[in-house]
Formats: sequence, structure tokens, C-alpha cells
Amino acid sequence: MTTENFLYGLYNDDDRLVEGIKKLQSKGIKVNDAYSPFPIHGLEDVLGMKWTRIAITSFMFGLGGLTLAILAINYFMIIDWPMNIGGKPNFSLYENLPAFIPIMFEFTVLCAAHGMAITYFARNMTFPGLPARNPHPKTTDDHFAVELSFRNNEMSVDDLRNALKETEVVEIFEKERITKFL
Amino acid sequence: MVKEAEVREPLILGKDVTYNKITEEVCAPVEGKANKLWWAVFLVALTLGLWGLGTITYLIGRGIGVWGLNNTVGWAWDITNFVWWVGIGHAGTLISAVLLLFRQKWRMAINRAAEAMTIFAVMMAALFPGIHMGRIWVSYWVLPIPNQFGSLWVNFNSPLLWDVFAISTYFSVSLVFWYIGLIPDFATIRDRATGPIARKMYGLLSFGWTGNAKAWIRFEEVSLVLAGLATPLVFSVHSIVSMDFATSVIPGWHTTIFPPYFVAGAIFSGFAMVQTLLLITRKVLSYERSITIQHIELMNIIIVVTGSMVGTAYLSELFISWYSGVEYESYAFLNRFSGPYAWSYWSMMACNVITPQFFWFKKLRRNLMLSFILSIFVNIGMWFERFVIIVTSLHRDYLPSNWSWFHPTWVDIGVYLGTIGLFFTLFLLFTRFFPVLALNELKSILKSSGEAYREKKTEDKTPETTA
Repeated sequence: MTTENFLYGLYNDDDRLVEGIKKLQSKGIKVNDAYSPFPIHGLEDVLGMKWTRIAITSFMFGLGGLTLAILAINYFMIIDWPMNIGGKPNFSLYENLPAFIPIMFEFTVLCAAHGMAITYFARNMTFPGLPARNPHPKTTDDHFAVELSFRNNEMSVDDLRNALKETEVVEIFEKERITKFL
Repeated sequence: MVKEAEVREPLILGKDVTYNKITEEVCAPVEGKANKLWWAVFLVALTLGLWGLGTITYLIGRGIGVWGLNNTVGWAWDITNFVWWVGIGHAGTLISAVLLLFRQKWRMAINRAAEAMTIFAVMMAALFPGIHMGRIWVSYWVLPIPNQFGSLWVNFNSPLLWDVFAISTYFSVSLVFWYIGLIPDFATIRDRATGPIARKMYGLLSFGWTGNAKAWIRFEEVSLVLAGLATPLVFSVHSIVSMDFATSVIPGWHTTIFPPYFVAGAIFSGFAMVQTLLLITRKVLSYERSITIQHIELMNIIIVVTGSMVGTAYLSELFISWYSGVEYESYAFLNRFSGPYAWSYWSMMACNVITPQFFWFKKLRRNLMLSFILSIFVNIGMWFERFVIIVTSLHRDYLPSNWSWFHPTWVDIGVYLGTIGLFFTLFLLFTRFFPVLALNELKSILKSSGEAYREKKTEDKTPETTA
């Protein structure tokens, strides 16, 4: 587990947070991250974050699920133990395909949804039993925090604090945060 | 910030609502103590639920012969209840998934409770095929697992197996969708918790949620993709349930109209159940600011639309049974509306087709008492719909010497009432320990759709217009 010390500025409004970040950035300060009680639209552009690629993982898990469903149904119903049910075709996957589509669809959705959900938990590092890592308990209520890294910014601690003070901040504090679990 | 037309009614009422106020309101039932009313209803529901568990134990001990089934009516209340509960379990995911794709902001106040209801309803539904198997301890035989019976596999051609996959996928995906939305709200409760047990419990439930910018980006993307996946899933589940009947050769069942007809019916019954539960929840927990009359009205509109779709399906079914010229098919429907079970057919027609038509009138749509009563009517009507489809089609089949009658036994009734008890027990526990409104989502629309900020926006504009 690695931890790092960060400087935080706390705001009591989402618009003030965004304005604050823009102001800090105009002074050449690199803003590491921001914490909010709800998603703020457009924040990712201000922070220069790339949009997540998690939807692609869903597609890939879905593709895997579909492949597995086709292979398994072909093995069960055509190769291993073909059953004659009401004289319906049972000798080729293609001719029997319409009856297999519902399960192929369901299994694709099952894999796509759960695969993506597990990826989501892993990428966010959110699993049962992990400690809360938001800088201030109010950032899940009605406050918004901006996170400045000492490593990324060449300014002194006092300069960073002063820059924060010039925004509509309500509290400034330093705190250690877990950055990596493994 | 997203601008919204001034003519739109605000979704969050109250001129003094702030982010903190939303948190306070939603956390109040979780942090406070339950009142006497809650305990009274909870104890009744729990008693009923325990009674249900007792009858299920008796059923499993004695075998399904203790149900009122006979050679002719081999499926009755068990499958009626199954389809009824699955249908009810369609509203939650529909509200959160389909309305998310259509960017309907009014979903945010009701999606959490509706999804919880969905999950509990699907749990109740899944119980019925399980106990209907008779030997519940071999219920894992429905899964395609390697075995010693000459490697005999489950039949992938059968709608009953499709159902296994559909219901389990639907249940687990709905659960994940619901839970991913709950995590940030659990984090809010965790950060406010004062007691060590509450802090520990909500700490576990919130998975260590941080709420940083990237996590929120992922949250939104995952919600959107899950909505995209859940939407066809919702439609597939009840289509497949309908195929349990439609792919058979029983007159009254063998109908191509079944999938859309069942899906419309499911949405109809699901919204009615959401309406029933929300009208009570909103009153008891005083959520009138967030679950406004407008929310109730919009749900009533969906009820009247889907109710009319169901009505159209009933009538086209009836017409086609005559127009097809198939005498068995014609008789099945003649028997439905004029035979010994005509009372159930007309109850269904009255509750599902006639009563929702009141909602064409705005005044009635916005009447809380009427909405509540009509939602109960729809719940009853939709149970009768399944009863009519199943029992009236079976009790008089091709051979008149086979004709029979179905009488529910106390076990049939006990199991059904028991599931209602269990459902309400779970829902009541949910209202005590879970955030009933989606906190974080409501906060995200406060500035664009809240009455408090709507006022401020118009105030800002006044000098410009006068100048």
C-alpha cells in the first residue's frame, strides 16, 4: 500500500469548484483530482481527463459471452447429445439456430454487464471492506474538494495555499491518501 | 449547466432546498428510529411472510399434490403468481434504464425504490418455479452441468430453459445496476454515521467509494451502458415468459401476439405496483418535495398508455379467435368470457381496461387517492389476467371428458399470501436501511430542475429584460 500527502481545498458549491480549478490552472498549477458528491458535467474537460474506455470492455465481455454460448450450445445440442424434439432439426447449429438465439442473447448480456461491473469496481478500486478514501466526509454530502499534488507542482506549499485562498474556498487542509493498494 | 425550458414544472419542490437538505431528507429514515406505524406494518408483513415460509416447507415436505392442481389443470396459481411477480418486477429496470436512455429526469426520484421493488419481486417470482419442481433439492438440474445421466443436457430449444437464463440474467443484472447506483449513496450515509456499527456496515456496503472525478466519469458511463444492456433485457424477459405459453399448442395460449402483449402488461402492472408503494412511501417518509404530483401524473400516463395497449391486445385476441375460424381457438375465448370462469375474465377486463381510462383526465391523474385505488385495481386485474390465461385455457381442453375445475387449497393461498408478506418485509427493511431516493442523482438535477434554483435564474434575468 502506498500513500501520498496532498493539499486539499474545500468548496461549498459545484460552480465555485469549477471556477476555482480554472483559476488555479490559469496560474500554472496542476490540479490532480476533484471530489464531489455527484457527477459534475464538464469537469473532466476542465481537469483534462480522458473519457473512460469502460464501455469497450463491456463490448468485449459480451463478445466473449456470445462466443462461449455458441460453442457450448453447439457442443451440448448438436455434437454431444442431439435430441429429436418434435422432429425439429438437430443435426446442424445453423438450422437449429432460431431456437438458440434467446439464450445466446441472455448470456451475452450476462457477460457484458457483469464483466463491465467487475472492471468498474477494479478500476475504481472499490471493493467491500476497502477504507473510504475521500479527503473529507462532507465531499459525499454538499462539499466539493480539489486535490493538489506536491510532487506535480513545483511551487512551495505556501504558494499553493495562497493560490487556493484566492479562490472561493471554505477550508484548506493537508491529508494523506492511499494512492495504490498493491 | 444544462438549461431547461421555463414551462417545465420543477422536479424538486421547495425554495430552500440545498444539497445538504437533500442529504438530510434522504438519510433521516436511515438514521432515525422507526415509528409505530412502520413496526405495525412490518410485523404484519413478517407474520405473513413466515406463514408463507411455513406453507412452503409443508409443500416441499408433502409434495405438490397439496396444491389444488389436477390432471387437467396442471398449472394454476403457481405459474399465475410467477408471471404476476415477474411482471411487477419489470417497472424498476424500465424506469431506470429506459428513462435513462431517454434522459427523463423525473426518473431520479423514483428509480431507487422502483428498482428495489423489482429485485424483491423477481426474488418472489423465482421462488415459484423452484417450489413447483417438487424436488427443490435437484433444482440445479436446470443448469447445463456435466452429469452422470449419460451426459444428458438441458434442452436449449425449450422456452422453460430460456426462462432460466432470462430470469437469472435479469435478476443479477438488475441487482448490479441497482447496487452500482447505491454505492455513492451508501458512502454518504457512511460519512455521516456516528455509531461504530453503522459506520462499519455502511463502510462495507459503500466499497470504499471516493467520489473523485474519474470515478464519476466511470459511474456515468457504466450506468449508461448498463441501461443500454438492461433495456433489451427487460423486453426479452417477459417475451420469453410469454413463450412458455405461446410455443405450446393449447388454444388460448398459442398466439403470436403474446410477447408484446405480455411486455405491455408487465410494464402496466409494474408501474401500478410502483405507484402503490410510492404513494405510501412518499407519505410516510414525507418525500413530497422530491416525489411530486408531477411524478405521480407521469406514472399514471404510462399506466393509461400500457393499460390501453393491454386492452387492445385483449380485443385483438378475441377478434382473431373468431376470425381464425379455428373452432378450438374460438371456443377457448367463448368459454373465457361466458364460461364458468367468466367472473375472472370480467374482473380482469374491468380492472385492466376500464378503470385506467379515468387517467385520460388531468384532474383524476393528479388525484392521489384515486391513483392509489386504481393502482390496487390494476394489481388485482393483472393477477386475474394470468389466472384467466392459464386456468381458463387449461380447464376445458380438446376432450370434454377431461374437463375439470380448479380449486385452490389453503397451501396455494398460503404460498401466495406468503410471497406478498415476504415482499413487503423486504421492502420495509429497504426503507429503513437503504437510501430510498437516489441522493447523488437528485443533487445533480437540483440546479437545473429544482424550484429553489429556478427562482434564482428568473431573478437573474429580470434586469436584462427591463433594460
